[in-house]
Amino acid sequence: MKHLSDEELVLFYYGESQEAGGVEEHLDACEACRASFRALQVVLNTVDSAPVPERGALYGEQVWRRIEGRLGRGLTRRRKAFSWWIWSPAMAALVLAAFLAGRLSHRGEKPVATASNQNSQQVRERILLVAVGDHLERSQMVLAELSNAPDQKGKLDISDERQMAEELLDDNRLYRQTARTTGDTAVANVLDDLERVLIEIAHSPSEISGDQLAELRQQIENRGLLFQVRVLGSRVRDEESKPVSEKEKNTKKL
Amino acid sequence: MDAGGLIERAQSGDSDAFRLLVEQHSRVVFRLAFRMTGNEQDAEDVVQETFLRAYKRLSDYEARASFSTWLYRIASNYALDLIRSRRRHQDKREYAAGEDRDILQTIPEASPGPDRVVYGSQVKDHVNAALDELSAQERTAFVLRHFEGLSIEEIGRTLGTGTNATKHSIFRAVQKLRRCLEPVVGTAR
Repeated sequence: MKHLSDEELVLFYYGESQEAGGVEEHLDACEACRASFRALQVVLNTVDSAPVPERGALYGEQVWRRIEGRLGRGLTRRRKAFSWWIWSPAMAALVLAAFLAGRLSHRGEKPVATASNQNSQQVRERILLVAVGDHLERSQMVLAELSNAPDQKGKLDISDERQMAEELLDDNRLYRQTARTTGDTAVANVLDDLERVLIEIAHSPSEISGDQLAELRQQIENRGLLFQVRVLGSRVRDEESKPVSEKEKNTKKL
Repeated sequence: MDAGGLIERAQSGDSDAFRLLVEQHSRVVFRLAFRMTGNEQDAEDVVQETFLRAYKRLSDYEARASFSTWLYRIASNYALDLIRSRRRHQDKREYAAGEDRDILQTIPEASPGPDRVVYGSQVKDHVNAALDELSAQERTAFVLRHFEGLSIEEIGRTLGTGTNATKHSIFRAVQKLRRCLEPVVGTAR
């Protein structure tokens, strides 16, 4: 008698066997296969014992509170921040320079600062953090879109990602240079890696083949870029959400 | 209001409608995310990212699939990505430390004592360790089939891997789980 394979038993267990009737008949007649199926059942039932931490009835509300701000930024605020950089590169440079000066003074020997100077410094830092956070979030979206794009035989339209990568490149250069100047080597390195991939994407054709997509994905994966950008983004967001007084005490790098 | 009405309102920019969808589906997405990632912090990350991405892609949603299946798809793909990243970093660390990750070495040779509570907790630890042994693809496919009850065909569509590859991921997952758990639950062949 030909015994049932492990695969047949697994499919039968999950109710996906194409010949469920035949498998059932065989199990009735064959002790060896019945024992094997029982063993499979015990193991898979044991897997069910892996506990999942409980989340209360208000969990959904908590999740909403956590993401609400980011959704707003996803649409309205992001556009505002973006157009602000687009329309006023001089202002961007000014804020960046002020930020740089502020960072350096933080590391210096207790700079003499008036309350109003400190306030405007904090406001500038806050604006820059929002902009950097948005930049990383948008970069993450581009990388994730490509990493998760479905494999397909024909061409894949990446014109949206390409355009976004082009838009992100200038800002990225600015942030990378700033990070380098202020000595934030870790941040500068992540932005450096990000820039190389953004350049690749920006210079890709609007429609790419499966092989080209695989190449882009490989670049993202080899550098662990999605993960790095996500970690950096959440650090920036943490910094951004800290109360000003705490930020003031905390002069560490991003 | 029914789910379809909520989704339509959310698609037209009604944030209250999207809020209701988040509130309705968060616990289910968390459960899936936890089973896939195996830790709470990552699961929370997956939950948030899933809804952020869902919001961004709401206009792509078509009522042909159920909203929860659509969310599963987003959550699974993000979790898959996260697990792979974690594994890469973990592998690098473990390689550097010269650690041996053979799960079979962690399984006790003799069966545990009569204390069922301790035994139960040990079994849970072994289940978690066994699940950690699965590749990201195997774990995702297995969780969707075993815990979430998606058919192999649906999983193939969700992960974009096709039916046969999905079937093999599940077979490999079950095979590994059996190898790790049979000595513990006493059904070794």
